[in-house]
Amino acid sequence: MPRSVVKQDGHVKSFAKRLTPVQTDVRCTHFNYSSINWLMKNVFLIMVIGILGAGQMASAADITGLVTLNGPPPAEKEITPLMENPDCAKMHATTPTTHFYVVGPNHELADAVVSLKGVTGKSTGASAPPVVLDQKGCLYTPQILAIQTGQKLIVKNSDPCIHNVHATPIVPGNPESNQVQMPGGADLNLVYAQPEMFLRFKCDVHPWMFAWVSVFDSPYFCVSDKDGKFVIKNVPPGKYTVEAAHRKLGTQTQDVEVKDSDVTVNFSFAVK
Amino acid sequence: MKANAVSKSNPWLYWFAVLTALATLALIGVGGLVTSHEAGMSVPDWPTTKGYNMFLFPINQWLGGIFYEHSHRLLASLVGLMTTVLAVWLWLKDSRPWMPWLGVAAFLLVVAQGVLGGLRVTLHMDSLGIYHATIAQLFFVLTCAIALFTSRWWQGLERRPPARREENSADKHAVPEAGAPLRGLVLFTTILIFGQLIIAAAMRHQHAGLAISDFPLAHGKLWPDTGAEAVARYNAQRVSINAENPITAFQIELQMAHRGLALAILICVGVVAWRVRSSGFGQSKPSRERRDGTSNVLRRLAFVWLGLTLFQIGLGAATIWTNKAADVATAHVLVGALLLAVGALWCAIAFRESVTEIHDRRTEDRRSPGAAAIGAQPAMTGNK
Repeated sequence: MPRSVVKQDGHVKSFAKRLTPVQTDVRCTHFNYSSINWLMKNVFLIMVIGILGAGQMASAADITGLVTLNGPPPAEKEITPLMENPDCAKMHATTPTTHFYVVGPNHELADAVVSLKGVTGKSTGASAPPVVLDQKGCLYTPQILAIQTGQKLIVKNSDPCIHNVHATPIVPGNPESNQVQMPGGADLNLVYAQPEMFLRFKCDVHPWMFAWVSVFDSPYFCVSDKDGKFVIKNVPPGKYTVEAAHRKLGTQTQDVEVKDSDVTVNFSFAVK
Repeated sequence: MKANAVSKSNPWLYWFAVLTALATLALIGVGGLVTSHEAGMSVPDWPTTKGYNMFLFPINQWLGGIFYEHSHRLLASLVGLMTTVLAVWLWLKDSRPWMPWLGVAAFLLVVAQGVLGGLRVTLHMDSLGIYHATIAQLFFVLTCAIALFTSRWWQGLERRPPARREENSADKHAVPEAGAPLRGLVLFTTILIFGQLIIAAAMRHQHAGLAISDFPLAHGKLWPDTGAEAVARYNAQRVSINAENPITAFQIELQMAHRGLALAILICVGVVAWRVRSSGFGQSKPSRERRDGTSNVLRRLAFVWLGLTLFQIGLGAATIWTNKAADVATAHVLVGALLLAVGALWCAIAFRESVTEIHDRRTEDRRSPGAAAIGAQPAMTGNK
């Protein structure tokens, strides 16, 4: 047996044994034999990785669903103080309203934070792309968002007026911060170490400005969109409790089991 | 500082003390606006203002919540300066041994209050706001008391020679009968008002808005449901423009305590006014003559107190009906401060009267030992 084959590691060696006749056929020159062997090894490795990857993809599934609101939501209020502030008023043609209940024509409920309850220690936040919270028209945009622990949250000021970005976490380990952000000022970069639901951001200069950022210790969460839909991607197989949390409506949970296909779970809230 | 206990009144000092008290009331008002507008943290640094020297902060940046917070800081600086001047003035010019120490107490309190306000901002501690608001009330009472004690009227009482008691037996005990039980009641009511102000400060500095949004009922009932499901329902139905914290059962109970205490205070103040009116307190000739109008002042103060209390309850209701409109809520804070001050000043005058009463009776007793048995009992009663 050629020395190069002896040096091969276990799994390649066994594969090479099965290919011995082929390899024998190409053993006409030492050079040719080595090249073919190198090529075979790499093709084999790529195949193995591909097969394993495909297997992994096949074993992870998405949890999808729809969040709805039964019954009429309380009426939103016009943010009249905003229009009394000259700097802010000029950015709005009409008086904006609060957005506690963003409900579609078929009762679809947006801004529900859906997550896998109790899944911790899985954060990929450090390598995840940053999430942006903007101040635009003297309002926070979006008003509800979610990030991972360790994930960078960029707070921008797109307004021509001063704001102060006042984060008011209540979970120990997440520091409260209150920073001035001038118009055109540098973005603020914030990172939170501990999971926390609905960490409030506010602007004390304009007290009607607020947003809530939920922090999770895993990538398995999603905020329902304007159609009430959510997708939690690539959930490994297992049994989970899916929790939907709305800032005003509280939380609901459902138990699901993820196998090798997507799971659908719907939530229906109601204003009592 | 002179050792004698009688001071010659200084109108300049008196008016400066009045001005300090009025500035303090204005400061409480602006502080109330800061909290009502949720602007307490709009300037995140202290003692600087957004990095500037506080007194050099550009006026074109006094916007939104910054306007209220920065105005509060500047007015607080002015009150601090005025208090310092007042304390030094009292130390140098007031001959009564205890008055300079009142000035020192005011100075220490205003410094502590300023530091507390600053720490509330820099430490991000809402709970410090409760202490800040409570000490503000005490400081206001102290400045009012200093103004009272520096007044010519008060110092006239101190210089007044022992009074001669009228021999008319019908009027002999007019003052003790009307005044003695009231002193205790007014003191008790004033303590209740102070407790009410602490509850109010706790309610406001939890930044949760209105825990109960209807009045006279509470969430549609005489006593609201504070179960977890009910509280979740209240929060779901509540839509507020500001970033208020969700309400809790404790906050609902706190507001109910506030309402209950308001009723108790109204009853107490009403009883005081009724007793004053029905007993002819302050209207009997000996009282009017002997006390240099003291009883009459107390009588009028009692009616002012009742009027303020009724107005305050109206403001409390309006605070709820207007969904805690900033100006209404701030007026509620201001009248609360006035209620405490009136009660405290009533007590100061009445207990001064009590001291004088004891002094007079003892003097009389020494002159006519036979009257001791008659005179001692009311004096003892008045001292309770």
